[in-house]
Amino acid sequence: MTTGSRRITFFATCIVDQLYPTVGMAAACLLEQQGVNVDVPDDLLCCGQMAFNAGFRDDAYTIAGRTLEVLRGKGDVVLPSGSCAAMIRHLYHELFAHTPFAAAADELAHRTYEWSEYLVDVIGVTDVGAHFSGRITYHDACHGLRFLGLGKQARMLLNHVAGAEVVPLPGCDQCCGFGGLFAIKQASISTAMLERKLEAIESTKADLLVTGDVSCMTQIAGGLSRRQSAIRTRHLAEVLANMVDAR
Amino acid sequence: MTQTIAFYDRVDQALHDTALQTALNRATTRFVGNRVSAISALCEADRLRDQARAIRAYALAHLDELLPQLAANVEARGGHVCWASDGEEARRYIIELARARGVRSIVKSKSMASEEIHLNEALEHAGFEVVETDLGEYIIQLAGETPSHIIAPAIHKTREQVSALFEQHLGMPPTTEVPPMIRTARQALRQRFLRADMGISGVNFGVADSGAIVIVENEGNARLSTTVPRIHVAIMGIERIVARLADLGVMLQVLARSATGQKLSVYTSLICGSARPGEEDGPEEFHLVLLDNGRSRILGGQYAESLLCIRCGACLNACPVYQAIGGHAYGGVYSGPIGAILTPLLQPDLPDAYLLPQASSLCGACQEVCPVRIAIPDMLLRHRADAVRAGKAHPVEKAAIRGYTLTMTHPAIYRASGKAARLFSRILARKGRFRRLPPPLHLWTKQRDFPAPPSKTFRELWAEHRKQRSQNGA
Ligand code: SF4
Repeated sequence: MTTGSRRITFFATCIVDQLYPTVGMAAACLLEQQGVNVDVPDDLLCCGQMAFNAGFRDDAYTIAGRTLEVLRGKGDVVLPSGSCAAMIRHLYHELFAHTPFAAAADELAHRTYEWSEYLVDVIGVTDVGAHFSGRITYHDACHGLRFLGLGKQARMLLNHVAGAEVVPLPGCDQCCGFGGLFAIKQASISTAMLERKLEAIESTKADLLVTGDVSCMTQIAGGLSRRQSAIRTRHLAEVLANMVDAR
Repeated sequence: MTQTIAFYDRVDQALHDTALQTALNRATTRFVGNRVSAISALCEADRLRDQARAIRAYALAHLDELLPQLAANVEARGGHVCWASDGEEARRYIIELARARGVRSIVKSKSMASEEIHLNEALEHAGFEVVETDLGEYIIQLAGETPSHIIAPAIHKTREQVSALFEQHLGMPPTTEVPPMIRTARQALRQRFLRADMGISGVNFGVADSGAIVIVENEGNARLSTTVPRIHVAIMGIERIVARLADLGVMLQVLARSATGQKLSVYTSLICGSARPGEEDGPEEFHLVLLDNGRSRILGGQYAESLLCIRCGACLNACPVYQAIGGHAYGGVYSGPIGAILTPLLQPDLPDAYLLPQASSLCGACQEVCPVRIAIPDMLLRHRADAVRAGKAHPVEKAAIRGYTLTMTHPAIYRASGKAARLFSRILARKGRFRRLPPPLHLWTKQRDFPAPPSKTFRELWAEHRKQRSQNGA
């Protein structure tokens, strides 16, 4: 493994940067350990998803346009969050259609990867030497699952965590009810969806709920914490980096 | 139809309706389970869906040829065709026809198109006796309600509620057993079939090259509605067409599997007009109402894909929002994810139709199950963009998005507001989380905690890590 054979731009995303710095550290450091040169541009802030999903396309265009500019010519881009990766891969096309940036957006989509996808499908790593003693269950984040086809990568990685017992989560592909502003604008529906998810999670008797999207983490951990549940919520990268107790 | 209460109130009502919650849970779980096993039993499911989509896309692209072809074929077999540009025209045609033929009693077999134009109300208002003959439709007609699901109109009713309705209207002794309920309904309906002068049905597919209309059902009542009375009127949305009889092999399979998880529906009727001279069975007259009602307007635009829909209802069953609130909360005729797209287009007069596309977490479960692969989330997002363009965004939301945009395009502001948030959290957060936040974020913390920003951002941690690495000579 020679350092510097691969070079990526790590797009931490705004939520990871502000709310989940350990997720960013885990994901970026694990890539470094696999010999990847990780670059974190200082002015790379946000993909614009929140504005786009809320219907504010002009605002989304402004934010995403800037991101597009920063990422121009930067090689492969890796994000530790499925929904932001899906925004770039799937929705930039619609956002920039019929604009001077259409080609650049499509080109960026082709070199953008979600973190576990990059690790497993591009570098070909499934065992990072992690260990955890306890039961782990995995929630498929909707955007990763349905718009990027993720899920198997995370399971392969988790199955190599020494000491961990990975148990299936009933309804693992059911939405947790986050959905960005939906979680606030339709709080009652959002929390009704969350209740189902929490019951499923609790039924597994797991010690750890793992997922690949910080949006779902915010929702699920918020619900578990309100229920004073002992089940902890962690991003896949944190588990693999043995950072489960870091926070 | 005017809504008396607002969308959010309907949602809250639905979430607190325990009978509704029980019924929804039972029913959607069953449908989803059936569908999964029916689909996975079919190894070429994906290829079939591609074919289904291609068939529908072809039909939509060639409506201008196929509709006249269908009409010509219907007329060649002695049927009559009404081109109705809106609900008003369709209603008038049917009412005038019924009056001219001295009709008194009408039986109906489930048709979302007739719901869409509120045909029952109009017919009853004009003095006709109208009876829905499909069990689910009959139940909600007795209850004075509207369908809450495209293919299972009474999905929101529990067995206990149905029993109470039958006891009240049909004198059935209370029971929670299904067979006696079905027997009771069947006995009541038989009288109606025999008495009816006119039968009104929907259309699952109109077949252009042969002039046939296809009706798919599980109870057999559509067969009776379309053959026993002397006049049969079929109402078909103009998009519900396929080019060739040969297309049905694919379409009927994906419809049944997606809708109820069956390999094929129990009854599939292909109706080619009225009884011919010398034939004993069948109606004397056949009328096909081709209903536009806003569809041609959708055709060329950014929602055109929604017209591929074959009304299988799979997206409703898969949708976690529908599972939570049921169909009535949507307020329009069509509910669930596809309803959230169609209602603002077909019923733009509903005051809060624009809110329906907001009620989605965009999880994509609908698109995953849709047999014709309609990109439902993309269209929900387009609706949201349209609503913002039309100035319907809430001022608080608008201000929040402006602030967000400013922050995310100016690194200095971004860093400063991050610092402010961390300061704020040091005062308000307990054990790394907020239990209460000020409005509008209090909507989040009503039932969920929110993580407090840790003392350092990822960027700061990363910079330290980099420095350490270079000091270690890495
Ligand atoms: S949108 Fe697709 S899944 Fe939903 S009813 Fe129509 S065809 Fe069925």
